[in-house]
Amino acid sequence: MTTAPPVSAARGTVAIRSENLCRYYRMGESEIRAVDGVSLEIGVGEFVALLGSSGSGKSSVLNLIAGLDRPTSGSVIVQDRDLAKLSREDLAKYRLHVVGMVFQSFNLIASMTVAENVELPLRFAEVDRDERQKMAQQALERVGLRARTNHRPSELSGGEQQRAALARALINRPQLLLADEPTGNLDSRTGTEIMDMVRDFNRELGMTVLMVTHERALAERYAQRMIFLADGKLIDDRRNPSADIHADLRPSVPRGQL
Amino acid sequence: MRVPDLTELALRNLRESLLRNSLTTVGISVGVASLVAMLSLGIGLQQMASRRLMKSGLFDTIVVTSRRELRGMGREEERKGPPPGESRVLDEPARAEIERIPNVAEAYPDIRFATELRFDDKPHLTMVSALPESAKTNDAFEGMQGNFFSSDGAPEAILQKSFAEELLGKTPALGASEPSVSELARPLLGKELTMRYAQRASSPPGPAANAGTSAPEDVSGAAYSVVSREQKLKIVGVSDLDPESMRGPTRAKVFLPLKLAESLHVMLPTDLREIARADSDQPVYSSISVRVKNPAQIQGVEDAIKKMGFSAFSILDASRGLRQFFAVLYAFLGIFGSLALMVASIGIVNTLVMAILERRREIGIMKAIGASDGDVKKLFFAEAGAMGVLGGMVGVALGWAIGQVINLGTNVYLKRQSLPPEHFWAVPWWLVGGAILFAFVVSLVSGLYPAGRAARLDPVQALRYE
Repeated sequence: MTTAPPVSAARGTVAIRSENLCRYYRMGESEIRAVDGVSLEIGVGEFVALLGSSGSGKSSVLNLIAGLDRPTSGSVIVQDRDLAKLSREDLAKYRLHVVGMVFQSFNLIASMTVAENVELPLRFAEVDRDERQKMAQQALERVGLRARTNHRPSELSGGEQQRAALARALINRPQLLLADEPTGNLDSRTGTEIMDMVRDFNRELGMTVLMVTHERALAERYAQRMIFLADGKLIDDRRNPSADIHADLRPSVPRGQL
Repeated sequence: MRVPDLTELALRNLRESLLRNSLTTVGISVGVASLVAMLSLGIGLQQMASRRLMKSGLFDTIVVTSRRELRGMGREEERKGPPPGESRVLDEPARAEIERIPNVAEAYPDIRFATELRFDDKPHLTMVSALPESAKTNDAFEGMQGNFFSSDGAPEAILQKSFAEELLGKTPALGASEPSVSELARPLLGKELTMRYAQRASSPPGPAANAGTSAPEDVSGAAYSVVSREQKLKIVGVSDLDPESMRGPTRAKVFLPLKLAESLHVMLPTDLREIARADSDQPVYSSISVRVKNPAQIQGVEDAIKKMGFSAFSILDASRGLRQFFAVLYAFLGIFGSLALMVASIGIVNTLVMAILERRREIGIMKAIGASDGDVKKLFFAEAGAMGVLGGMVGVALGWAIGQVINLGTNVYLKRQSLPPEHFWAVPWWLVGGAILFAFVVSLVSGLYPAGRAARLDPVQALRYE
């Protein structure tokens, strides 16, 4: 049993709570403990960075919270849903409606145009075509990519691709934005652009942001709170007063208004 | 995901690896084409067979005889009912009554007699029978040299090939090649035959008929006389086919128009048997041929005629056997045709499994942004189904084209052999629809395994895959 989370939720409502979360993999004879008893609590509207060296288990924690993976033991509760207990079908719905994800390698589908990539989640949500195209245009406008809607991802720069990925993550108006090394493939200037955008989403849309990174400087600049992992265990969890001092002063825009 | 979205994404994905998917689709097309070709050949052959048989008059004809006809078929059912002496006479009112039975196209008396025909002053003995005008439209005389009777009462005759051979003295030796109909027809068409026959003429009873002898007490009041007459007939046609082959030894070799035959009042064997009724001028028929509008209705008509108290006979059972034969033929042709499609379905499995490997990451992305297992499964199903439908459509067209080419080729061959062209290839609409549907279903079944595999893909591992 690891220690209870040292920092409780910043605001009244809890967005993510994990208790003694474990994820083990079997590799032949040996067992790899990717996540080993992580308990944490993240409040609605928080911007949290998950830090750690490679292999520390930070991406595994993110995948568990994203509903892409299931815990070996322990629980992870997001917006009052116990992910371990959801069916595969409900877990897909959870990923579709509650979570938006961005990745280090953008993960856009190469055969689709930018607009098609952005509206793809809406196809899974069975939104009408006209509505879909309108929403995609709005999302692309928000990330400043209106001019490139009919381009293929391969025709875009890294920063533009990540902006398209952000638009896709936003399209279903999720409560939670999960980012896995979002600036890992970008130069520092475009990385900053992307991070500014993520911070805007956090502030203006009230989205809870959980970002995995190994760049401490980036975390210190943007995250209100930093959680450190090593060997699958939570080793530190602290507020970051240097970042975002105005975050709590700004009025949070109701969710759903892009 | 909704069906239009699924279709759109599936078609897009198929376009992405165009060559591989096209080859797979071509495989399906070839399979469907072979299936369509096989089945349409079977259907065409059946249609040809039933068309031939239908026109031969075997399957839509009921032969009605009086139960007084003691030479009946002798079957069990013929012995039931009233004894022959009390049964109805097959006369003109009976014929008219039969013709009124629903679904009966026509009922005409079989006028059939053995007689002597003179040609070139040489006598020939043969069986003569009368043909109704409707015989012109059925195929009994398909490929005939010359023409059908100019009218129903014209003094004309059509000869069966073997009688033509006899007239010309060209009866081939056993095993020797037969002379062709056109060869036989040339010297005969337009020539005259003289038919000698016995005419039944009613004569008034009593002294007037036989002036010399006083009328005996036992004369029932009716009498007729038999007069030998001659009728000249013009040969208008020679036919290769033997429309009366089912009648065995009584089949006729010379045919006359029905009205003409009736007007001749030929003495028929039944006239002797029915001598008790000879007072009536109405003829009594030995048998009547009843043609039904559709072979399917033959049983009902046959039963109705039997209820009237006549014997009826048709070859319905033979047609049942034929249908069974074609059912078996279909099954075999279908199985052989499907083999290629089965091979093609393995191609679909292969293509889709390859697609999963290639698109692992894409599947992972879709799952990460909210696609359910069902969405991924349906997408792969849609791709399989789209290949099936496309392949099916191309295949049906291909099969149809193959059929046309073969049909054309065969007809060129038939023409060279101076045989009439034949349409033995039929692609009915149900086959077009059925083949496409079958290709679709086979493709979906082939997609089962790949789609299931794609759906079960672990998104975390799939996203890690480069």
